[in-house]
Amino acid sequence: MSSSGKDMPKILVFSTEKISDPAIDMAGLLKLHYPPRVYIISLPCSSAVKPRWILKAFSEGFDGVFIAADGTDCPYGESCTDKTGAIIKQTQDMLKEKGIEPAKLRMAAICSICSEAFVKQMKNFTEYLVNQKTN
Amino acid sequence: MKNKIGVYICHCGGNISDYVDVEKVRDAVKDIEGVEISVDTMFACADSSQKQIFNDIKEKQLDGLVVASCSPKLHYPTFSAVAERAGLNKYNYVHANIREQVSWAHSDNKLGATEKAIQAVKAAIAGVKESISLEPIKIKSQKIVAVIGAGVAGMRAAKELADLGVKVYLIEREYFVGGRVAQLDYLCRVQETGKELVTRMYEAIHKHENITLFTGAEIIEKGGSIGNFKIKLKITPRYIKKDCNEDELKKAIEVCPVEVDDDFNFNITKRKAIYKNYPSEYPQKPAIDIKNCTRCGECEKVCSSIDFNQKEEILDLTVGSILTATGFDPYRPKENEFGWGLDNVVTLPQFRRIINMCDDKLIYNGKEIKEIAYIYCVGSRQVDGENKYCSRYCCTATLYTSILTHKKYKNIHAYHFNRGIRTYGKQEVIYDEVSQLGDIFLQSYEYDPATVEKQGDKTIVKVKDILTNNTEIEVEADLVVLVTGMEPRKDNSIGDVLKIPKGRDRFYNEIHMKLRPVETVIDGITIAGACQGPKNILESVNSALSAATKSYSIVNTGELALEPIIASVNEDTCTWCGLCADACPYDAIELINKNGKDIAEINKSVCKGCGMCLPVCESDSIEMSGFTNNIIENMISAYADI
Repeated sequence: MSSSGKDMPKILVFSTEKISDPAIDMAGLLKLHYPPRVYIISLPCSSAVKPRWILKAFSEGFDGVFIAADGTDCPYGESCTDKTGAIIKQTQDMLKEKGIEPAKLRMAAICSICSEAFVKQMKNFTEYLVNQKTN
Repeated sequence: MKNKIGVYICHCGGNISDYVDVEKVRDAVKDIEGVEISVDTMFACADSSQKQIFNDIKEKQLDGLVVASCSPKLHYPTFSAVAERAGLNKYNYVHANIREQVSWAHSDNKLGATEKAIQAVKAAIAGVKESISLEPIKIKSQKIVAVIGAGVAGMRAAKELADLGVKVYLIEREYFVGGRVAQLDYLCRVQETGKELVTRMYEAIHKHENITLFTGAEIIEKGGSIGNFKIKLKITPRYIKKDCNEDELKKAIEVCPVEVDDDFNFNITKRKAIYKNYPSEYPQKPAIDIKNCTRCGECEKVCSSIDFNQKEEILDLTVGSILTATGFDPYRPKENEFGWGLDNVVTLPQFRRIINMCDDKLIYNGKEIKEIAYIYCVGSRQVDGENKYCSRYCCTATLYTSILTHKKYKNIHAYHFNRGIRTYGKQEVIYDEVSQLGDIFLQSYEYDPATVEKQGDKTIVKVKDILTNNTEIEVEADLVVLVTGMEPRKDNSIGDVLKIPKGRDRFYNEIHMKLRPVETVIDGITIAGACQGPKNILESVNSALSAATKSYSIVNTGELALEPIIASVNEDTCTWCGLCADACPYDAIELINKNGKDIAEINKSVCKGCGMCLPVCESDSIEMSGFTNNIIENMISAYADI
């Protein structure tokens, strides 16, 4: 049996029920593997993520937080991308104040068929966080 | 807080338990405070398991339910219904996806998958502990369905929906209806041609008051969601006046000097820039292929019905559901693939057009054809290529074509280079009939297929025939017919606009191939026909009727029960800054004065539950049901607790 990778970074993903969740599901269906220490909480829309939830994740020991954003596909309107971006910017400023590297909070638009993009993001983010730990 | 929670962990046959130690997950959560019962089950969705959950809720008076199984897109409704039947509000049920997001995603790491499954179930338990009971919200749904694609599947679905009293926008990208079936001059096992079938269906939809047909039309934008999709339709003109003179139009086609490859005849003939694919085609007006038209003006000299001033139109439509039936493309062989590129090698679709054009003698490229070699599974069941699937229709279509050649022409000899004939179901009688006609069947394995080569002016097909103990057999063929399979449409831009997921075969993907075969993960969008995967006409129509029924169920009452996931304001802490109202895309938040204090109020019938108001509230006075701080933060803590 292979290693569970307990020394690997833990990433919390905020995904969205209608857009990025189907892509993450399809990544599984297609057996596109990514590190298992990626944990997912689904929301209706990525611009509903409260900064306090992100801060809570870091205070509880998560190494990184990733927002799998609706982007322009958001069923709730075109303003989603800008609004999610503003939340990220605001939260990154808060992280900076707390001495946490802002780049540990990432966001990318993951559309309902963007399975490969999601997997790539998870692999890259994990690699980045591993390098952060070792440096 | 819930303190009698039932936890059910599914093996999904082996889909989950092959990679996740389900018993370990069960034991890891059984002693968590509030968990009354933790059990594993072979199939949580099976009737017996549902009955067990039902009985447990009743007998043990469970106040919370966690099911850890496949994606909630598949079985959330199943277990919600079990909870409701047993008297437990369905919002006290939380689903953990440990198949798509755990066992399948991490099938390369069983230990990691098991640990992740434990954390996912712990997080679900943490979420359900804080859950509260809610009642659904009703919204109006447009009693209109957009059917995309006016092939046999789209037209049949449109007719069915219209007969049920639903208004249908039937949207076809081409200028003419019928899709691939219009290209068929004979249909297997029915005494009707494809063109006659299309004509019959067109007449039915044309006179139906509930159906509006758009040709030369495609959806370029989609917004909104189930019940109220907003679609933008681009309609390309035909450049022919509404009241046209048929005789003049015939002359216009005659005088048009432009000749381009005719897609309808799979490029074995040419057509004009002003064209109809065949005389009885519908709609009966020809169209001008503006991309290839040189604007020489010859047609205008003889025809008063030409109108180059017609402009592209954009229409905004609102529909309750979208039924997608956009069909397939035939596989196009690669250069040199089984001799493709030689002057006597054609595909099955081309061969069927050739048969239609030749009356007494079968002639191709000026030579009479007597010896025909059919090579099966070209572009299907590929060893090296992407198309691993069987295209289903081609064995039967080829054998039926062979019967027709024997009936229409004399002294035809046919050789079938196959990898196992798949004339499933009732189609087996066709295989039997061809065998009686004396056709020769030669079979090979996928790794050692037949080869086609030129020897002087002869075309030789060779195979090591496994039916005769790997004897190498050669056939000199007048014509080689490549039995090409189905592929997804090359131009699948509509799939990108609608964001319909595709499977490994690149066809559109249903939620579940057995239990929810025509629904997609995009609520309100259904799929039918060969856009979902290879199908014959019967199977396409079956799926079209199924998709029509599903779309009908979405729009028929004009009302949908939606999740009551909406925002609420803490009146004690809100001091009205207005940021939430600015953030709301639906104007669902208003300023009110309550007991002398300015506060925000949520209009429950307008709020869509997007949550955009949550993060902008500086006093954190807005929460959303199902996604409260307590629920999300408890889930985060549960996930972090390793």
